[in-house]
Amino acid sequence: MAEPLQVSDADFEQEILKSDIPAMVDFWAAWCGPCRAIAPVVEELARDYAGKVKVAKMNVDENAKTPAKYGIRAIPTLIIFKGGQVVEQITGAVSRSIIENALKKAL
Amino acid sequence: MPEWDYDLIIIGGGPGGLTAGIYAGRARLKTLLLEKLIHGGQMMTTDLVENYPGFPEGITGFELSDRMRQQAERFGLLIRSQEVLELKPGKPAHTVVLPDGQLTAGAIIIATGARYRRLGVPGEDKLVGRGVSFCATCDGAFFKDEAIAMVGGGDNALTEILFLDRFAKKIHLIHRRDQFRGAKYLQERVFEFEKLGKVEIHWDSEVKEFLGQDNLEAAKIRNVKTLKETLLPITGAFIAIGMLPNTGWLKDLLPLDEGGFIFTDVIMATEIPGIFAAGDVRSKLWRQISTAVGDGSVAAIAAENYLEELKRG
Repeated sequence: MAEPLQVSDADFEQEILKSDIPAMVDFWAAWCGPCRAIAPVVEELARDYAGKVKVAKMNVDENAKTPAKYGIRAIPTLIIFKGGQVVEQITGAVSRSIIENALKKAL
Repeated sequence: MPEWDYDLIIIGGGPGGLTAGIYAGRARLKTLLLEKLIHGGQMMTTDLVENYPGFPEGITGFELSDRMRQQAERFGLLIRSQEVLELKPGKPAHTVVLPDGQLTAGAIIIATGARYRRLGVPGEDKLVGRGVSFCATCDGAFFKDEAIAMVGGGDNALTEILFLDRFAKKIHLIHRRDQFRGAKYLQERVFEFEKLGKVEIHWDSEVKEFLGQDNLEAAKIRNVKTLKETLLPITGAFIAIGMLPNTGWLKDLLPLDEGGFIFTDVIMATEIPGIFAAGDVRSKLWRQISTAVGDGSVAAIAAENYLEELKRG
């Protein structure tokens, strides 16, 4: 899996919560500048951690249920899930090293 | 003839860094721009830029960033997405330390900008991302038909009010002085919203605490003159109270002002020959896209002259 997977409210449970490996979801929207800022980093991590972490993106404009369920009121928000549970949550545009450290903790 | 990897390395890809890149490219300097995230800097989080000359209808921060990038790349600027860990001054070349190696350059322009200042009150850190926000354009839409607060009184705070108005039911504007610092034009627009009852201005007031279990539920504010405390029921609070410089990575390399911004002279030179600073990271009175652009062009020309002199020995 080279590219981040696009997930929606409909397949979130199947793809993320029931994922065999840890999953990281980038909650984003087109009108959010910092989301654009971290998008290349998220894409890099999807490539570098292929097979170890399922990296996914959810557009909060098109999907309201999941962001509301996790109380997301700011984007970009990255949530790392392991066995269906939230293990890390990062809000705002941060550097690759911060995201990567959180990923490594979840592995 | 001195040797190095690049004639010039620019650290930071906001308007100051990108403008320096345009000038350096046209001067035919071999130039690399290093940006931690993506080019544009704070412009990227600005909805509509209305005070940058040449765009009478205004331009989105994203588009302006992208145009500056294209213009710089047209003249040969190389941009890499990379965080700089350390700057080691040397003679004649300075060394930039990256996570995966290091690069040398004859001249350096530091344009790492600034980030949002936090209030430093109880509840703030806990509720960031859960109602407390530093980016109205990112998070405003989560507060549709809700009561929210904006903290601040400068250009950024007032501009964000104009953006948030389209979502929020009511906006409490909390400002610690008895008048705004922001542009008169923005003040007039905010006062129009006040007349319509959309915006309620709390003058001379400070936020003392943000309250809420999982999400923001209220802010406790205090009038600094009467000392009267009020509890405002709000679900969102946007904070625009100024900037902190991104200079922590420099450690004690360069003299900084009391706010942590880099001292320069009129040609953007720092105390170390060949190291320049431009844009919001520099110690100065006003921080605008236009002033960052001015700094960037001056710094690049000064760097070009410096390199010429080095070559002549």
